[in-house]
Amino acid sequence: MTTQDNLAGVEATAVSPRLLRGNFRLNWRLRPLPDLALTFLLVFGVLATCQALVYFGIVSRFVIPLPTSIVPALGELIGGGGLGEHILTTVSEAATGLAIAVVIGLSVGTLIAEFRVAERILYPYLIALQTMPKIALAPVLLVWFGFGLGSKIAVAGVISLFPVLVNTIAGLKSCDPGRLDVLRALGASRWDCFRLVKLPNALPFIFSGLSSAVMFALTGALVGEFVGASSGLGYLIVQANNSMDIPQVFAILLILVVVGMAAFGGMQRARRKFLYWSPNQD
Amino acid sequence: MGKIDRLTLDESVAVSESITRAPVIATRGLCKTYATSAGETVNALSQVNFDVGQGEFVSLVGPSGCGKTTVMRILAGLIDGYTGSVNIGGRVVHGPTPHIGVVFQDANLMPWRTVLANVTLPGQVLRLDKKACHARALELLALVGLGGFEKKLPGELSGGMRQRAAIARALLHDPRILLLDEPFGALDAMTRDNMNVELARIAAEAGKTVFLITHSIAESVFLSDRVLVMSSRPGRIIETIKIDLPRPRSLDVVADPMFAATVLRIRRLLEQSTSADLHVTLAH
Ligand SMILES: Nc1ncnc2c1ncn2[C@@H]1O[C@H](COP(=O)(O)OP(=O)(O)O)[C@@H](O)[C@H]1O
Ligand SMILES: [Mg+2]
Repeated sequence: MTTQDNLAGVEATAVSPRLLRGNFRLNWRLRPLPDLALTFLLVFGVLATCQALVYFGIVSRFVIPLPTSIVPALGELIGGGGLGEHILTTVSEAATGLAIAVVIGLSVGTLIAEFRVAERILYPYLIALQTMPKIALAPVLLVWFGFGLGSKIAVAGVISLFPVLVNTIAGLKSCDPGRLDVLRALGASRWDCFRLVKLPNALPFIFSGLSSAVMFALTGALVGEFVGASSGLGYLIVQANNSMDIPQVFAILLILVVVGMAAFGGMQRARRKFLYWSPNQD
Repeated sequence: MGKIDRLTLDESVAVSESITRAPVIATRGLCKTYATSAGETVNALSQVNFDVGQGEFVSLVGPSGCGKTTVMRILAGLIDGYTGSVNIGGRVVHGPTPHIGVVFQDANLMPWRTVLANVTLPGQVLRLDKKACHARALELLALVGLGGFEKKLPGELSGGMRQRAAIARALLHDPRILLLDEPFGALDAMTRDNMNVELARIAAEAGKTVFLITHSIAESVFLSDRVLVMSSRPGRIIETIKIDLPRPRSLDVVADPMFAATVLRIRRLLEQSTSADLHVTLAH
Protein backbone atom coordinates (compact mmCIF):
# COMPACT_ATOMS: atom_id res chain seq x y z
CA MET A 1 0.00 0.00 0.00
CA THR A 2 1.37 3.35 -1.00
CA THR A 3 0.29 5.09 2.20
CA GLN A 4 2.88 3.06 4.02
CA ASP A 5 5.70 4.07 1.72
CA ASN A 6 4.75 7.68 2.06
CA LEU A 7 4.74 7.57 5.82
CA ALA A 8 8.12 5.92 6.01
CA GLY A 9 9.50 8.44 3.57
CA VAL A 10 8.20 11.54 5.25
CA GLU A 11 9.07 10.31 8.70
CA ALA A 12 12.66 9.76 7.68
CA THR A 13 12.87 13.28 6.34
CA ALA A 14 11.27 14.75 9.41
CA VAL A 15 14.45 14.37 11.43
CA SER A 16 16.66 16.33 9.07
CA PRO A 17 14.51 19.28 8.10
CA ARG A 18 17.20 21.56 6.79
CA LEU A 19 18.36 19.25 4.04
CA LEU A 20 15.07 18.73 2.35
CA ARG A 21 13.15 21.89 2.83
CA GLY A 22 14.65 23.56 -0.19
CA ASN A 23 13.54 20.84 -2.57
CA PHE A 24 9.90 20.80 -1.56
CA ARG A 25 9.21 24.44 -2.18
CA LEU A 26 5.97 25.23 -3.95
CA ASN A 27 6.53 28.84 -4.74
CA TRP A 28 4.62 29.68 -7.85
CA ARG A 29 5.27 33.38 -7.74
CA LEU A 30 9.02 33.04 -8.06
CA ARG A 31 8.89 30.43 -10.82
CA PRO A 32 9.81 31.88 -14.20
CA LEU A 33 7.03 31.73 -16.77
CA PRO A 34 8.59 29.11 -19.11
CA ASP A 35 8.83 26.73 -16.10
CA LEU A 36 5.18 27.19 -15.31
CA ALA A 37 4.24 26.62 -18.94
CA LEU A 38 6.26 23.40 -18.92
CA THR A 39 4.46 22.21 -15.80
CA PHE A 40 1.07 22.68 -17.45
CA LEU A 41 2.33 21.11 -20.65
CA LEU A 42 3.43 18.06 -18.66
CA VAL A 43 0.05 17.73 -16.92
CA PHE A 44 -1.72 18.16 -20.21
CA GLY A 45 0.54 15.58 -21.83
CA VAL A 46 -0.09 12.99 -19.14
CA LEU A 47 -3.84 13.57 -19.30
CA ALA A 48 -3.87 13.36 -23.09
CA THR A 49 -1.88 10.11 -23.00
CA CYS A 50 -4.33 8.61 -20.49
CA GLN A 51 -7.24 9.72 -22.59
CA ALA A 52 -5.70 8.13 -25.68
CA LEU A 53 -4.76 4.88 -23.91
CA VAL A 54 -8.27 4.42 -22.58
CA TYR A 55 -10.01 5.72 -25.67
CA PHE A 56 -8.29 3.24 -27.95
CA GLY A 57 -8.88 0.41 -25.50
CA ILE A 58 -5.22 -0.20 -24.67
CA VAL A 59 -6.00 0.21 -20.95
CA SER A 60 -9.35 -0.73 -19.44
CA ARG A 61 -11.47 2.18 -18.20
CA PHE A 62 -11.85 0.29 -14.92
CA VAL A 63 -8.15 0.78 -14.31
CA ILE A 64 -7.79 4.38 -15.41
CA PRO A 65 -10.87 6.49 -15.97
CA LEU A 66 -11.17 8.66 -19.03
CA PRO A 67 -9.85 12.03 -17.82
CA THR A 68 -12.85 13.65 -19.47
CA SER A 69 -15.16 11.44 -17.39
CA ILE A 70 -13.70 12.80 -14.14
CA VAL A 71 -15.17 16.22 -14.79
CA PRO A 72 -18.81 15.07 -14.84
CA ALA A 73 -18.08 12.80 -11.86
CA LEU A 74 -16.74 15.79 -10.00
CA GLY A 75 -19.82 17.81 -10.98
CA GLU A 76 -22.08 15.03 -9.75
CA LEU A 77 -20.17 14.86 -6.48
CA ILE A 78 -20.38 18.57 -5.85
CA GLY A 79 -23.93 18.93 -7.16
CA GLY A 80 -25.22 15.88 -5.28
CA GLY A 81 -25.01 17.60 -1.90
CA GLY A 82 -23.51 16.10 1.22
CA LEU A 83 -19.95 16.51 -0.06
CA GLY A 84 -19.34 19.42 2.32
CA GLU A 85 -20.30 17.24 5.24
CA HIS A 86 -17.93 14.46 4.16
CA ILE A 87 -15.08 16.95 3.77
CA LEU A 88 -15.91 18.43 7.16
CA THR A 89 -15.89 14.98 8.75
CA THR A 90 -12.45 14.07 7.41
CA VAL A 91 -10.94 17.49 8.05
CA SER A 92 -12.25 17.68 11.61
CA GLU A 93 -10.98 14.15 12.38
CA ALA A 94 -7.57 15.09 11.03
CA ALA A 95 -7.53 18.46 12.79
CA THR A 96 -8.58 17.02 16.15
CA GLY A 97 -6.07 14.19 15.88
CA LEU A 98 -3.37 16.69 14.94
CA ALA A 99 -4.24 19.01 17.81
CA ILE A 100 -3.97 16.17 20.31
CA ALA A 101 -0.70 15.03 18.72
CA VAL A 102 0.73 18.55 18.91
CA VAL A 103 -0.17 18.98 22.57
CA ILE A 104 1.23 15.58 23.53
CA GLY A 105 4.23 15.86 21.19
CA LEU A 106 5.30 19.26 22.47
CA SER A 107 4.86 18.44 26.12
CA VAL A 108 6.37 14.95 26.10
CA GLY A 109 9.13 16.17 23.78
CA THR A 110 9.93 18.97 26.22
CA LEU A 111 9.98 16.55 29.15
CA ILE A 112 12.37 14.22 27.34
CA ALA A 113 14.66 17.02 26.16
CA GLU A 114 14.76 18.87 29.48
CA PHE A 115 14.71 16.15 32.13
CA ARG A 116 17.19 13.31 32.24
CA VAL A 117 14.83 11.11 34.22
CA ALA A 118 12.08 11.45 31.64
CA GLU A 119 14.59 10.77 28.88
CA ARG A 120 15.88 7.62 30.54
CA ILE A 121 12.39 6.29 31.18
CA LEU A 122 10.70 7.20 27.91
CA TYR A 123 13.41 7.14 25.26
CA PRO A 124 13.66 3.36 24.77
CA TYR A 125 9.89 3.16 24.17
CA LEU A 126 10.14 6.07 21.82
CA ILE A 127 12.76 4.31 19.70
CA ALA A 128 10.75 1.09 19.68
CA LEU A 129 7.54 2.87 18.71
CA GLN A 130 9.24 4.96 16.09
CA THR A 131 10.42 1.93 14.19
CA MET A 132 6.93 0.42 14.25
CA PRO A 133 4.61 1.32 11.35
CA LYS A 134 1.91 3.01 13.41
CA ILE A 135 -0.68 2.80 10.64
CA ALA A 136 -0.94 -0.92 11.43
CA LEU A 137 -2.72 0.09 14.63
CA ALA A 138 -5.73 1.35 12.67
CA PRO A 139 -7.85 -1.83 12.99
CA VAL A 140 -7.14 -2.10 16.72
CA LEU A 141 -7.94 1.55 17.24
CA LEU A 142 -11.29 0.98 15.53
CA VAL A 143 -12.05 -1.69 18.12
CA TRP A 144 -10.90 0.51 20.98
CA PHE A 145 -12.49 3.79 19.94
CA GLY A 146 -15.54 2.65 18.01
CA PHE A 147 -16.99 3.13 14.59
CA GLY A 148 -17.47 6.91 14.92
CA LEU A 149 -15.08 9.86 14.88
CA GLY A 150 -13.08 8.60 17.87
CA SER A 151 -11.15 5.89 16.06
CA LYS A 152 -10.26 8.19 13.13
CA ILE A 153 -9.06 10.87 15.49
CA ALA A 154 -6.98 8.23 17.26
CA VAL A 155 -5.34 7.01 14.04
CA ALA A 156 -4.66 10.57 12.88
CA GLY A 157 -3.25 11.44 16.32
CA VAL A 158 -1.06 8.36 16.67
CA ILE A 159 0.69 8.73 13.34
CA SER A 160 1.08 12.51 13.47
CA LEU A 161 2.45 12.42 17.01
CA PHE A 162 5.89 11.17 16.11
CA PRO A 163 7.07 13.86 13.71
CA VAL A 164 6.09 16.49 16.28
CA LEU A 165 7.66 14.61 19.19
CA VAL A 166 10.92 13.72 17.45
CA ASN A 167 11.44 17.20 16.07
CA THR A 168 10.63 18.88 19.37
CA ILE A 169 13.33 16.79 21.05
CA ALA A 170 15.83 17.39 18.25
CA GLY A 171 15.09 21.12 18.22
CA LEU A 172 15.41 21.61 21.96
CA LYS A 173 18.59 19.56 22.09
CA SER A 174 20.19 21.39 19.17
CA CYS A 175 20.46 24.60 21.15
CA ASP A 176 23.80 26.37 20.80
CA PRO A 177 25.48 26.37 24.24
CA GLY A 178 27.01 29.79 23.51
CA ARG A 179 23.56 31.37 23.34
CA LEU A 180 22.60 29.70 26.60
CA ASP A 181 25.78 31.03 28.22
CA VAL A 182 24.57 34.56 27.50
CA LEU A 183 21.56 33.90 29.72
CA ARG A 184 23.37 31.80 32.30
CA ALA A 185 25.92 34.57 32.83
CA LEU A 186 22.98 36.74 33.88
CA GLY A 187 21.85 34.13 36.39
CA ALA A 188 18.79 33.27 34.30
CA SER A 189 16.44 30.60 35.61
CA ARG A 190 15.96 27.37 33.75
CA TRP A 191 12.51 28.54 32.72
CA ASP A 192 13.95 31.75 31.26
CA CYS A 193 16.58 29.76 29.36
CA PHE A 194 13.79 27.60 27.99
CA ARG A 195 11.39 30.32 26.99
CA LEU A 196 13.93 32.88 25.76
CA VAL A 197 16.44 30.64 23.99
CA LYS A 198 15.65 26.96 23.67
CA LEU A 199 12.06 27.15 22.53
CA PRO A 200 12.51 29.80 19.82
CA ASN A 201 15.65 27.97 18.74
CA ALA A 202 13.59 24.78 18.33
CA LEU A 203 10.88 26.41 16.21
CA PRO A 204 12.36 25.56 12.80
CA PHE A 205 12.50 21.91 13.82
CA ILE A 206 9.02 21.99 15.31
CA PHE A 207 7.59 23.53 12.17
CA SER A 208 9.28 20.96 10.04
CA GLY A 209 7.67 18.29 12.22
CA LEU A 210 4.32 20.03 11.95
CA SER A 211 4.45 20.07 8.15
CA SER A 212 4.84 16.31 8.14
CA ALA A 213 2.28 15.92 10.91
CA VAL A 214 -0.42 17.82 9.00
CA MET A 215 -0.15 15.41 6.07
CA PHE A 216 0.12 12.41 8.38
CA ALA A 217 -3.06 13.45 10.19
CA LEU A 218 -4.98 13.67 6.93
CA THR A 219 -3.66 10.28 5.88
CA GLY A 220 -4.55 8.82 9.28
CA ALA A 221 -8.12 10.09 9.10
CA LEU A 222 -8.53 8.57 5.62
CA VAL A 223 -7.07 5.21 6.62
CA GLY A 224 -9.31 5.20 9.68
CA GLU A 225 -12.25 5.69 7.38
CA PHE A 226 -11.06 2.94 5.05
CA VAL A 227 -11.11 0.53 7.96
CA GLY A 228 -14.68 1.34 8.86
CA ALA A 229 -16.79 4.47 8.74
CA SER A 230 -20.15 5.84 7.66
CA SER A 231 -19.02 9.25 6.45
CA GLY A 232 -15.94 11.15 5.31
CA LEU A 233 -13.90 11.26 2.11
CA GLY A 234 -12.22 7.94 2.87
CA TYR A 235 -15.65 6.36 3.24
CA LEU A 236 -16.70 7.88 -0.11
CA ILE A 237 -13.61 6.46 -1.81
CA VAL A 238 -14.35 2.98 -0.51
CA GLN A 239 -17.99 3.28 -1.62
CA ALA A 240 -17.07 4.43 -5.11
CA ASN A 241 -14.38 1.78 -5.36
CA ASN A 242 -16.79 -0.98 -4.38
CA SER A 243 -19.20 0.04 -7.10
CA MET A 244 -16.29 0.26 -9.58
CA ASP A 245 -17.02 3.94 -10.10
CA ILE A 246 -13.40 4.80 -10.87
CA PRO A 247 -14.10 8.30 -12.25
CA GLN A 248 -15.69 9.16 -8.91
CA VAL A 249 -12.69 7.79 -7.01
CA PHE A 250 -10.48 10.12 -9.01
CA ALA A 251 -12.88 13.01 -8.49
CA ILE A 252 -12.56 12.48 -4.71
CA LEU A 253 -8.78 12.31 -5.06
CA LEU A 254 -8.90 15.70 -6.74
CA ILE A 255 -10.85 17.07 -3.80
CA LEU A 256 -8.23 15.57 -1.46
CA VAL A 257 -5.52 17.35 -3.43
CA VAL A 258 -7.31 20.64 -2.83
CA VAL A 259 -7.73 19.88 0.89
CA GLY A 260 -4.06 18.88 1.16
CA MET A 261 -2.89 22.01 -0.65
CA ALA A 262 -5.01 24.19 1.63
CA ALA A 263 -3.41 22.53 4.67
CA PHE A 264 0.05 22.93 3.18
CA GLY A 265 -0.64 26.58 2.34
CA GLY A 266 -1.78 27.21 5.89
CA MET A 267 1.43 25.70 7.22
CA GLN A 268 3.54 27.83 4.90
CA ARG A 269 1.79 30.98 6.10
CA ALA A 270 2.34 30.05 9.73
CA ARG A 271 5.96 29.33 8.91
CA ARG A 272 6.52 32.68 7.33
CA LYS A 273 4.92 34.35 10.33
CA PHE A 274 6.98 32.57 12.97
CA LEU A 275 10.20 31.76 11.14
CA TYR A 276 10.80 35.11 9.44
CA TRP A 277 14.31 34.98 10.89
CA SER A 278 15.31 31.51 9.76
CA PRO A 279 17.76 31.51 6.85
CA ASN A 280 16.17 28.33 5.48
CA GLN A 281 12.95 30.14 4.75
CA ASP A 282 12.22 31.77 1.39
CA MET B 1 25.07 28.03 40.16
CA GLY B 2 23.72 30.78 42.40
CA LYS B 3 20.79 32.97 41.56
CA ILE B 4 21.61 36.64 41.33
CA ASP B 5 19.70 39.41 42.97
CA ARG B 6 17.04 41.06 40.91
CA LEU B 7 18.29 44.61 40.65
CA THR B 8 16.68 47.57 39.05
CA LEU B 9 18.97 49.71 36.94
CA ASP B 10 19.18 52.37 39.64
CA GLU B 11 20.03 49.92 42.37
CA SER B 12 22.78 48.36 40.31
CA VAL B 13 24.32 51.79 39.84
CA ALA B 14 24.08 52.42 43.57
CA VAL B 15 25.84 49.14 44.32
CA SER B 16 28.50 50.03 41.77
CA GLU B 17 29.27 53.27 43.54
CA SER B 18 29.25 51.93 47.09
CA ILE B 19 32.55 50.09 46.70
CA THR B 20 35.48 52.10 45.44
CA ARG B 21 38.57 51.18 47.42
CA ALA B 22 39.09 47.44 47.13
CA PRO B 23 39.96 45.88 43.74
CA VAL B 24 36.85 45.19 41.68
CA ILE B 25 38.09 41.74 40.72
CA ALA B 26 40.44 39.71 42.89
CA THR B 27 41.28 36.06 42.32
CA ARG B 28 43.31 33.98 44.74
CA GLY B 29 44.81 30.57 44.03
CA LEU B 30 42.49 29.63 41.18
CA CYS B 31 43.03 26.03 40.08
CA LYS B 32 40.88 24.14 37.67
CA THR B 33 41.15 20.58 36.44
CA TYR B 34 38.91 19.27 33.68
CA ALA B 35 37.96 15.64 33.35
CA THR B 36 37.93 14.65 29.69
CA SER B 37 35.49 12.16 28.26
CA ALA B 38 38.40 9.74 27.81
CA GLY B 39 38.77 9.66 31.60
CA GLU B 40 41.95 11.72 31.67
CA THR B 41 42.37 14.96 33.55
CA VAL B 42 43.50 18.26 32.08
CA ASN B 43 45.17 20.66 34.43
CA ALA B 44 43.95 23.96 33.00
CA LEU B 45 44.82 26.50 35.71
CA SER B 46 47.30 26.36 38.53
CA GLN B 47 47.37 29.12 41.17
CA VAL B 48 46.04 32.08 39.23
CA ASN B 49 46.16 35.30 41.26
CA PHE B 50 45.40 38.79 40.00
CA ASP B 51 43.58 41.99 40.87
CA VAL B 52 41.77 44.44 38.65
CA GLY B 53 41.15 47.93 39.98
CA GLN B 54 38.10 50.14 39.54
CA GLY B 55 37.98 51.64 36.05
CA GLU B 56 41.11 49.76 35.00
CA PHE B 57 41.53 48.12 31.59
CA VAL B 58 43.37 44.84 32.07
CA SER B 59 44.18 42.26 29.41
CA LEU B 60 45.08 38.63 29.81
CA VAL B 61 47.33 37.27 27.06
CA GLY B 62 48.62 33.78 26.61
CA PRO B 63 49.10 31.02 24.07
CA SER B 64 45.95 29.28 22.93
CA GLY B 65 44.80 26.48 25.19
CA CYS B 66 46.52 27.97 28.25
CA GLY B 67 43.31 28.46 30.18
CA LYS B 68 42.22 32.03 29.36
CA THR B 69 38.64 31.11 28.63
CA THR B 70 38.61 29.03 31.78
CA VAL B 71 39.50 32.16 33.79
CA MET B 72 36.74 34.09 32.04
CA ARG B 73 34.16 31.37 32.67
CA ILE B 74 35.08 31.20 36.34
CA LEU B 75 34.75 34.99 36.68
CA ALA B 76 31.41 34.92 34.87
CA GLY B 77 30.16 32.15 37.15
CA LEU B 78 29.69 29.77 34.24
CA ILE B 79 31.73 26.89 35.63
CA ASP B 80 32.27 25.47 39.06
CA GLY B 81 34.41 22.68 40.34
CA TYR B 82 37.43 24.96 40.74
CA THR B 83 39.46 25.74 43.84
CA GLY B 84 40.58 29.16 44.97
CA SER B 85 38.42 32.22 45.40
CA VAL B 86 36.88 34.88 43.20
CA ASN B 87 36.06 38.19 44.76
CA ILE B 88 33.96 40.64 42.79
CA GLY B 89 33.11 44.06 44.12
CA GLY B 90 34.36 43.07 47.57
CA ARG B 91 32.30 39.89 47.84
CA VAL B 92 33.24 36.28 47.27
CA VAL B 93 31.09 34.99 44.43
CA HIS B 94 30.18 31.45 43.43
CA GLY B 95 27.98 32.08 40.43
CA PRO B 96 26.79 34.69 37.99
CA THR B 97 26.60 38.24 39.32
CA PRO B 98 24.84 41.23 37.78
CA HIS B 99 28.05 43.24 38.24
CA ILE B 100 29.46 41.60 35.15
CA GLY B 101 28.58 41.94 31.49
CA VAL B 102 30.10 39.28 29.25
CA VAL B 103 31.07 39.46 25.58
CA PHE B 104 31.93 36.07 24.13
CA GLN B 105 34.08 35.15 21.17
CA ASP B 106 30.93 34.59 19.13
CA ALA B 107 28.36 37.36 19.28
CA ASN B 108 25.75 34.77 20.30
CA LEU B 109 22.86 37.01 19.30
CA MET B 110 19.41 35.44 19.13
CA PRO B 111 18.65 35.36 15.39
CA TRP B 112 14.90 35.61 15.98
CA ARG B 113 15.22 38.90 17.85
CA THR B 114 15.85 42.28 16.31
CA VAL B 115 19.10 44.02 17.27
CA LEU B 116 17.16 46.15 19.75
CA ALA B 117 15.41 43.14 21.28
CA ASN B 118 18.77 41.40 21.59
CA VAL B 119 20.20 44.34 23.49
CA THR B 120 17.22 44.48 25.87
CA LEU B 121 17.41 40.73 26.56
CA PRO B 122 19.35 41.07 29.86
CA GLY B 123 16.60 43.39 31.05
CA GLN B 124 14.05 40.66 30.47
CA VAL B 125 16.14 38.13 32.39
CA LEU B 126 16.82 40.52 35.28
CA ARG B 127 13.21 41.77 35.29
CA LEU B 128 14.26 45.38 34.80
CA ASP B 129 11.85 48.14 33.87
CA LYS B 130 10.90 47.75 30.18
CA LYS B 131 10.80 51.43 29.29
CA ALA B 132 14.12 52.19 30.96
CA CYS B 133 15.74 49.24 29.14
CA HIS B 134 14.36 50.36 25.81
CA ALA B 135 15.72 53.87 26.26
CA ARG B 136 19.06 52.60 27.50
CA ALA B 137 19.34 50.11 24.62
CA LEU B 138 18.88 52.92 22.12
CA GLU B 139 21.61 54.94 23.85
CA LEU B 140 23.97 51.95 23.89
CA LEU B 141 23.33 51.17 20.23
CA ALA B 142 24.27 54.74 19.43
CA LEU B 143 27.36 54.38 21.63
CA VAL B 144 28.57 51.29 19.76
CA GLY B 145 27.82 52.91 16.41
CA LEU B 146 24.71 50.91 15.55
CA GLY B 147 22.20 53.77 15.61
CA GLY B 148 19.59 53.13 12.92
CA PHE B 149 20.06 49.37 12.95
CA GLU B 150 17.62 48.69 15.82
CA LYS B 151 15.03 46.95 13.67
CA LYS B 152 17.50 44.75 11.78
CA LEU B 153 17.86 41.04 12.43
CA PRO B 154 21.32 39.71 13.37
CA GLY B 155 21.42 37.77 10.11
CA GLU B 156 21.45 41.09 8.27
CA LEU B 157 24.55 42.42 10.08
CA SER B 158 28.26 41.96 9.41
CA GLY B 159 30.46 40.14 11.93
CA GLY B 160 31.83 43.39 13.33
CA MET B 161 28.35 44.86 13.73
CA ARG B 162 27.18 41.75 15.55
CA GLN B 163 30.03 42.07 18.02
CA ARG B 164 29.10 45.72 18.57
CA ALA B 165 25.55 44.62 19.32
CA ALA B 166 26.92 42.00 21.73
CA ILE B 167 28.91 44.71 23.52
CA ALA B 168 25.80 46.90 23.79
CA ARG B 169 23.89 43.92 25.20
CA ALA B 170 26.61 43.26 27.77
CA LEU B 171 26.33 46.87 28.96
CA LEU B 172 22.53 47.01 29.21
CA HIS B 173 22.15 46.25 32.89
CA ASP B 174 24.97 48.70 33.63
CA PRO B 175 27.45 46.22 35.08
CA ARG B 176 30.60 47.55 36.72
CA ILE B 177 32.73 45.09 34.83
CA LEU B 178 32.92 44.23 31.17
CA LEU B 179 34.42 40.81 30.51
CA LEU B 180 35.50 40.10 26.93
CA ASP B 181 36.82 36.76 25.69
CA GLU B 182 38.64 37.25 22.38
CA PRO B 183 35.71 39.29 21.15
CA PHE B 184 37.27 40.20 17.82
CA GLY B 185 39.06 36.93 17.12
CA ALA B 186 36.81 36.07 14.20
CA LEU B 187 37.14 39.43 12.47
CA ASP B 188 39.53 40.44 9.71
CA ALA B 189 42.57 42.53 10.67
CA MET B 190 41.23 45.90 9.49
CA THR B 191 37.85 45.51 11.16
CA ARG B 192 39.62 44.28 14.24
CA ASP B 193 41.82 47.39 14.47
CA ASN B 194 38.76 49.59 14.12
CA MET B 195 36.87 47.60 16.73
CA ASN B 196 39.77 48.03 19.13
CA VAL B 197 39.70 51.80 18.71
CA GLU B 198 35.95 51.66 19.30
CA LEU B 199 36.33 49.45 22.36
CA ALA B 200 38.82 51.87 23.91
CA ARG B 201 36.37 54.72 23.34
CA ILE B 202 33.34 52.76 24.63
CA ALA B 203 35.22 51.64 27.75
CA ALA B 204 36.31 55.21 28.47
CA GLU B 205 32.87 56.71 27.81
CA ALA B 206 31.00 54.08 29.78
CA GLY B 207 33.55 54.26 32.57
CA LYS B 208 33.76 50.51 33.00
CA THR B 209 36.32 48.20 34.46
CA VAL B 210 37.35 46.02 31.55
CA PHE B 211 38.94 42.57 31.58
CA LEU B 212 39.90 41.54 28.07
CA ILE B 213 41.14 38.15 27.04
CA THR B 214 43.13 37.97 23.84
CA HIS B 215 45.94 36.11 22.18
CA SER B 216 47.00 39.21 20.29
CA ILE B 217 49.88 40.91 22.10
CA ALA B 218 49.54 44.13 20.07
CA GLU B 219 45.85 44.32 20.90
CA SER B 220 46.52 43.93 24.60
CA VAL B 221 49.22 46.62 24.63
CA PHE B 222 47.13 49.01 22.56
CA LEU B 223 44.10 48.79 24.84
CA SER B 224 45.32 48.10 28.35
CA ASP B 225 46.53 49.82 31.49
CA ARG B 226 48.05 46.50 32.52
CA VAL B 227 48.69 43.23 30.71
CA LEU B 228 48.70 39.90 32.53
CA VAL B 229 50.89 37.37 30.79
CA MET B 230 49.84 33.77 31.22
CA SER B 231 52.02 30.71 30.81
CA SER B 232 51.05 27.76 28.67
CA ARG B 233 49.01 25.04 30.34
CA PRO B 234 48.55 24.75 33.26
CA GLY B 235 47.99 28.49 33.10
CA ARG B 236 49.35 30.86 35.70
CA ILE B 237 50.22 34.56 35.61
CA ILE B 238 53.95 34.80 34.94
CA GLU B 239 54.23 38.56 34.65
CA THR B 240 52.19 41.73 34.98
CA ILE B 241 53.16 44.56 32.67
CA LYS B 242 52.09 48.15 33.14
CA ILE B 243 51.44 50.04 29.90
CA ASP B 244 52.29 53.71 30.29
CA LEU B 245 51.38 54.90 26.82
CA PRO B 246 49.32 58.12 27.05
CA ARG B 247 45.57 58.05 26.38
CA PRO B 248 43.57 58.43 24.26
CA ARG B 249 45.63 56.21 21.97
CA SER B 250 45.22 56.17 18.22
CA LEU B 251 46.37 53.39 15.93
CA ASP B 252 49.49 55.49 15.29
CA VAL B 253 50.72 54.42 18.72
CA VAL B 254 52.15 51.30 17.07
CA ALA B 255 54.92 53.56 15.73
CA ASP B 256 55.84 54.54 19.31
CA PRO B 257 59.14 52.84 20.30
CA MET B 258 57.70 52.09 23.73
CA PHE B 259 54.80 50.25 22.11
CA ALA B 260 57.17 48.10 20.04
CA ALA B 261 59.42 47.47 23.05
CA THR B 262 56.50 46.35 25.22
CA VAL B 263 55.13 44.05 22.54
CA LEU B 264 58.57 42.53 22.15
CA ARG B 265 58.95 42.05 25.87
CA ILE B 266 55.63 40.22 26.16
CA ARG B 267 56.48 38.07 23.16
CA ARG B 268 59.80 37.07 24.78
CA LEU B 269 57.98 36.16 27.99
CA LEU B 270 55.53 33.96 26.13
CA GLU B 271 58.33 32.34 24.11
CA GLN B 272 60.27 31.60 27.27
CA SER B 273 57.22 30.06 28.89
CA THR B 274 56.49 27.83 25.90
CA SER B 275 60.14 26.86 25.32
CA ALA B 276 60.50 25.99 29.01
CA ASP B 277 57.60 23.65 28.38
CA LEU B 278 59.39 22.21 25.38
CA HIS B 279 62.42 21.41 27.51
CA VAL B 280 60.23 19.64 30.01
CA THR B 281 58.61 17.54 27.32
CA LEU B 282 61.97 16.78 25.68
CA ALA B 283 63.49 15.77 29.00
CA HIS B 284 60.84 13.11 29.54
N1 LIG C 1 34.99 21.40 29.12
C1 LIG C 1 36.27 20.99 29.01
N2 LIG C 1 36.59 19.69 29.18
C2 LIG C 1 37.84 19.26 29.08
N3 LIG C 1 38.89 20.04 28.80
C3 LIG C 1 38.66 21.35 28.61
C4 LIG C 1 37.33 21.90 28.71
N4 LIG C 1 37.40 23.22 28.49
C5 LIG C 1 38.70 23.50 28.25
N5 LIG C 1 39.46 22.38 28.34
C6 LIG C 1 40.93 22.31 28.18
O1 LIG C 1 41.48 23.21 29.10
C7 LIG C 1 42.55 23.91 28.49
C8 LIG C 1 42.32 25.39 28.61
O2 LIG C 1 41.22 25.74 27.81
P1 LIG C 1 40.77 27.25 27.57
O3 LIG C 1 40.51 27.87 28.89
O4 LIG C 1 39.62 27.23 26.64
O5 LIG C 1 42.05 27.88 26.88
P2 LIG C 1 42.22 29.22 26.03
O6 LIG C 1 40.96 30.02 26.14
O7 LIG C 1 43.39 29.90 26.63
O8 LIG C 1 42.52 28.82 24.63
C9 LIG C 1 42.64 23.44 27.07
O9 LIG C 1 43.69 22.52 26.97
C10 LIG C 1 41.32 22.76 26.81
O10 LIG C 1 41.50 21.69 25.94
MG1 LIG D 1 39.66 30.70 24.64
